[in-house]
Amino acid sequence: MSEVTYTDSEMMIAVAARMLKGARTVFVGVGLPNVACNLARYTVAPDLELIYESGVYGARPERLPLSIGDPTLVSGATSVISMTDLFGLYLQRGLVEIALLGGAQIDRYGNLNSTVIGDYANPKTRLPGSGGALEIATNAQRVFMIMRLKRRAFVDKLDFLTSPGHLTGGDSRARLGLPGGGPEIVITDKAVLNFDNPEREMQLNALYPSVTAEDIQAEVGWPLRLAKRIEEITAPTSEELHLIRDEVDPHAMYR
Amino acid sequence: MNKDQKADKLVSMREAIAAHVGDGCSLAIEGFTGFISMAAGHEIIRQKRRDLTLIRMTPDLIYDQMIAAGLAKKLIFSYMGNPGVGSLYCIRRAVEKSIPCPLELEEYSHYGLVGRYVAGASRAPFFPLRSYVGSDMLAANALIKLIDDPYGTGKIAVVPPLNPDVAILHAQRADRQGNTQLWGLLGMQKEVAFAAKHVIIVVEEIVDEAVIRADPNRTLIPGLIVDAVVHEPYGAHPSYVQGYYDRDNETYLAWDKLSQDHGAVLAWLDEWVYGLENHSAYVRKLGQSYFDRLKPEPLLAPSVDYGRYR
Repeated sequence: MSEVTYTDSEMMIAVAARMLKGARTVFVGVGLPNVACNLARYTVAPDLELIYESGVYGARPERLPLSIGDPTLVSGATSVISMTDLFGLYLQRGLVEIALLGGAQIDRYGNLNSTVIGDYANPKTRLPGSGGALEIATNAQRVFMIMRLKRRAFVDKLDFLTSPGHLTGGDSRARLGLPGGGPEIVITDKAVLNFDNPEREMQLNALYPSVTAEDIQAEVGWPLRLAKRIEEITAPTSEELHLIRDEVDPHAMYR
Repeated sequence: MNKDQKADKLVSMREAIAAHVGDGCSLAIEGFTGFISMAAGHEIIRQKRRDLTLIRMTPDLIYDQMIAAGLAKKLIFSYMGNPGVGSLYCIRRAVEKSIPCPLELEEYSHYGLVGRYVAGASRAPFFPLRSYVGSDMLAANALIKLIDDPYGTGKIAVVPPLNPDVAILHAQRADRQGNTQLWGLLGMQKEVAFAAKHVIIVVEEIVDEAVIRADPNRTLIPGLIVDAVVHEPYGAHPSYVQGYYDRDNETYLAWDKLSQDHGAVLAWLDEWVYGLENHSAYVRKLGQSYFDRLKPEPLLAPSVDYGRYR
């Protein structure tokens, strides 16, 4: 088999889509998650129902939407509802099995900042804020993070905690009564990390081809734990790349 | 204070804004990605309102432009981005550098602001939700409170009602009394209409009352709570109206570049807002062929049988 070339984004998309195997409902965010969820419908999760915070359940988009409120999400969907119903009856009700989230900063317990860099009252950079991220992080049964591995993003201390992950670790999330299970994995452009330890602290779980654990540590702002066994994740298959390039994102909006 | 159900409320955008949007008022131009009344925002800029409190879940290009024009003192919001593109640079300049003037922020997550509208719409004292536990947003906004759940042992967040002085809501069609039908992303259009003290409806088409009565399930907002109806075709551009025109993503992408420079924004406002007398002039300036490109292929829903009972 000949060597296939692919981009970091295509690798992240392929890995995220594989993680959705067998899933029934997914809460879709804009950007890479959008491509990953649509790819998963072709590959590992044909029954996947796409839920968008704009008020769409069971979207069947005929084009890749730029925004999560694109009109293509409405046409042909199972149900289109108000945002009151989307956040109450679907998300807080607990019907969202998996949600994909990202942010400007993440800490070792999977807490996210999408609000400010610097001080809240006098920010250096004003970011968009929560949108629905806070309630997605609170209520989704399982949360998968998708973020590029960068030292300025994987920080020892968040400038602002927008969306709760495992908070201060251990069972702190459950003790405060948060309904959802919290973050499970972090899909990056170099590795996959997870929280499979009693402290619920992020740990290196799997490396992409030709990446080392040292490469990962160099981009993380705290001493990163290692899983007992580090797996290797295979490159995107030619079939995955074909679907991403020719079916899901033919105009290369997200690659 | 019910509005007169039978009155003819059809007015021009200029008249609607002059009558209902005063200096210092709180204003919600809602619509989630679609149905955003850009035409109303531009007319408010033209009429040089001051000290407004602007309310929107997603401020979008319209509030970016209004804030660059210096007419707002405060923004109540839940997601401050150019959807699918990136930052809203005019709002960031106001927050980070007080250009053209300082802007006070009151910030929620989406469900928090949804809850404020829902409580406002039904005149309830507050709205409970399972958000905010563990988040720094509690410390950033004193109006979000954690209380003891009176029926359990845990803590629950509550948000107070929000009742904007004026709501401006775009939709596909209404009759002259303001009975309004909308399909597509419902957003918070219904709740905001019921929450507001005054409501301006902006539509692509004015239809007979019989058209409304033929499909009552599609009526989102009754004329009972509507003060003014404005007929403004393409009035949501560059946002969209389901079935009528597509979102003009190229304009959103172009704004990302243009809006990084305050001077360029002021020049844009001169050309596209101050330099035009109304939204019809904006549509003429872009040209009909521009909008023809944004027209989707038809995808009709089959009609349903309501039955006749007598």
